[in-house]
Amino acid sequence: MLNLRLAWRNLWRQKRRTWLTATAMIFSNVLLVFMISLQFGSYDMMINNTLQAFSGHFQAQRAGYNDNPKLRLSIDAIGALAQDLRLRMPDTKIAARAAAFALASSDQRSFGIQVIGVQPEFEPGVSTLPGLVTKGAFLDDPGAAEIVIGSVMARNLKVGVGDEITLLGSGRDGSFAAGILTVRGIFNSGLPDMDRSFAEIPLKYFQEMFSMGDHGNTVAFSVSALDQVTPELNQAAQALKDHEDLLLLDWTRLHPGLKQAIQADLSSAWFMYGVLIVLVAFSVLNTQLMAVLERTKEFGVITALGIKPRKLAGLIMLETAMMAFIGLVIGLFLGWLVAAYFNTVGFSYPGMDEVAAKFNLPGKMYPSVTPFSMLLGPVVVFLFCLLASIYPALRLFRLQPVDAMRAA
Amino acid sequence: MASANRLPLGAMARMAWRNLWRNHRRTLIMLLAITVGVWAMIFMTALMRGMVDQMIEDGIDALPGLVQIHHPDYRDDPSVENSLEPPNQVLLQALESPPSTGWTTRIRVPAMISSERDSRGVTLLGVDPAGEIVLGFDPGSIVEGRFLEGTDDNGLVIGRKLLERLETDLGKRIVVMSQDTGNEIADRGFRIVGVYKGKLAALEENYIYAGRSTVQSLLKMDARVSEIAITGRNYRNADPLLRQVRTAAGGDLDVKAWTELDTYLGLMLGVMDGFVLVWVIVIFLALSFGLVNTLMMAVFERVREFGLMQALGMKPSAIRYQVLLESVLLLLLGLLAGNLLAVASILPIRDGIDLTVVAEGMEMMGVSSVLYPSLYLNDIVLANVVVVLLGILTSLLPAWRASQYRPVEAIAKT
Repeated sequence: MLNLRLAWRNLWRQKRRTWLTATAMIFSNVLLVFMISLQFGSYDMMINNTLQAFSGHFQAQRAGYNDNPKLRLSIDAIGALAQDLRLRMPDTKIAARAAAFALASSDQRSFGIQVIGVQPEFEPGVSTLPGLVTKGAFLDDPGAAEIVIGSVMARNLKVGVGDEITLLGSGRDGSFAAGILTVRGIFNSGLPDMDRSFAEIPLKYFQEMFSMGDHGNTVAFSVSALDQVTPELNQAAQALKDHEDLLLLDWTRLHPGLKQAIQADLSSAWFMYGVLIVLVAFSVLNTQLMAVLERTKEFGVITALGIKPRKLAGLIMLETAMMAFIGLVIGLFLGWLVAAYFNTVGFSYPGMDEVAAKFNLPGKMYPSVTPFSMLLGPVVVFLFCLLASIYPALRLFRLQPVDAMRAA
Repeated sequence: MASANRLPLGAMARMAWRNLWRNHRRTLIMLLAITVGVWAMIFMTALMRGMVDQMIEDGIDALPGLVQIHHPDYRDDPSVENSLEPPNQVLLQALESPPSTGWTTRIRVPAMISSERDSRGVTLLGVDPAGEIVLGFDPGSIVEGRFLEGTDDNGLVIGRKLLERLETDLGKRIVVMSQDTGNEIADRGFRIVGVYKGKLAALEENYIYAGRSTVQSLLKMDARVSEIAITGRNYRNADPLLRQVRTAAGGDLDVKAWTELDTYLGLMLGVMDGFVLVWVIVIFLALSFGLVNTLMMAVFERVREFGLMQALGMKPSAIRYQVLLESVLLLLLGLLAGNLLAVASILPIRDGIDLTVVAEGMEMMGVSSVLYPSLYLNDIVLANVVVVLLGILTSLLPAWRASQYRPVEAIAKT
């Protein structure tokens, strides 16, 4: 207790210096709290938006399908399998799909597109696409010759709701696959690739057209929150243990680019944060070294009176800890204010829309205000400040009481 | 301000220099902080610049061409119908004269490619091989077979990735289907004569090259083309080229520079300039607290001295200069060390840092997996100027304080 009071008083012997050093900490803490929460917020959003758009959080596929999606790498009785999984995993949304490339032609235009066979009643659970149909409606009849296409594709093919599209491709057995479908809806996902070359048709119709029988290619799973991926994935693995040819792939394998983009972004961010923290630590080092040097005489007297250098070193550390704590509390509070403000109104800078769209993000970012994202930066700053005070504290052990007392 | 009362700059500088080393530990720590700060400013900027430069260069490679001419509706609806006549005399002259360094015409239409195993939607490019090489196609990127040999070459050059996807091989025949000018589906068998390796996997999968005349006759488009692409020396400033071509092309055609053809890329250039400035200023702010603190301490412990100097007839302004000079010396030393350190750390990695571990992530951002740092004189100057200017600005407070003491009180202070 006495030590605490002593340290506190020492801290305020040089008010301006203490505040300047604390301000350096506050500055970097506010910056770190805001940047880290913004980063975490955007990663979550990036992952969720990408996964919810279409792929789901994880998928069951045949081995090799992910690297080379071939119609032939199919799962038999996929509808029944999905139904069975649905019964076993009530908390997870599950839908079966099949996918192929085809040439889509209208009266005036032809384009190569990707055609997905989906289960109209379950697809809305795993993908946001059905909800993004802006003209017409999403599929509802499981066997109808109907198609839902992207807005850019509709414009390029010059078709509207109710018009017909011819699909040409090759079936699972290599046979010629063809169908004439009516445009039931047009979606606008905002993702250029999807809007340009993506179309969904009922799975049953897909199976007939591409001679698939009861086969499909993937089962997509969508869970309620990112932290549910692992438990639900384990449950799915349990349910699928009789299907040795099936692999469960989580989002890091379905979208390796996504995880790596986050990693690349993280490493450049850590570099910047590291530099910031090191600079603050230098500032603390300098302040505390001065605090020790200017009290040489005082410390000489105290050690002559029999106080151990270890105690004095502890005092210096305590002073630093107090100062760093002030920096932590104020920095955290201000940082939280900034993050919480942008958490409600959203953060954006000019031109962010285009950059954000590239990563499946909306034009505004919302910092994630969690204890972890708030505390991470300030706590590291705090620790580095303590680390920086070790050198000044160690100098006390070299103190010669008699010489020190004579110091100016 | 009478210069008679002022010491010559040389003497002032010598005093400042000696003052700086009266407490060498403090000065060294501050120096270290400035060095690390300046190093981080320049090093990080060089890496980020390198990344964005490459992203832009790869992006332009994918277009390719700094300026492109299209039918006004082509960019919205890239079909064979929205084509244009080959360049007329006026345009030809603009294309041939600087700042243009080369141009070519191509057909670029969506198509479907099928092997006996699989089919894919792709972009069919009908090109003049010589022109493509002028515009940046690297013949060295052909990993198997050969590139096209003329506009009437009957072969097809496809990406390595697409070759894998289609489970086909060099020398095999595949079918390309697209729509002709009569809205009919035109198809033709091609023999794969070459396989290229693209910088980005997405390109490898998407672009297939065939001879321009071959595609023109397949799609019944006579001599018409989809686009005219022009290249120049400096992608950072495509405006003169754009103006020259736009004037010659007349109002009926859509003439755009790469910054508009790929708005994401154009934007990145601007975002990057903003980032560099913000980064330099943030680092400086983190430094400034330490700087002010160090100078303040240096001033406070010399209060008596300042009083004495004033009592001896030194003007307050001279004391201000004295403190400022110390700060400038400190900053200059730090800048020197920081710049040297930055250059020394960038030189060994100038041949590129291998980022294959996160290749697909980098690809998502449109960057290939080797990162080349690019050190711009502009950025170095910016960092140095910011540090010196803002450094002097923050030193004004301690300098002003030092000059405000009353000589008698100051001398009396212990």
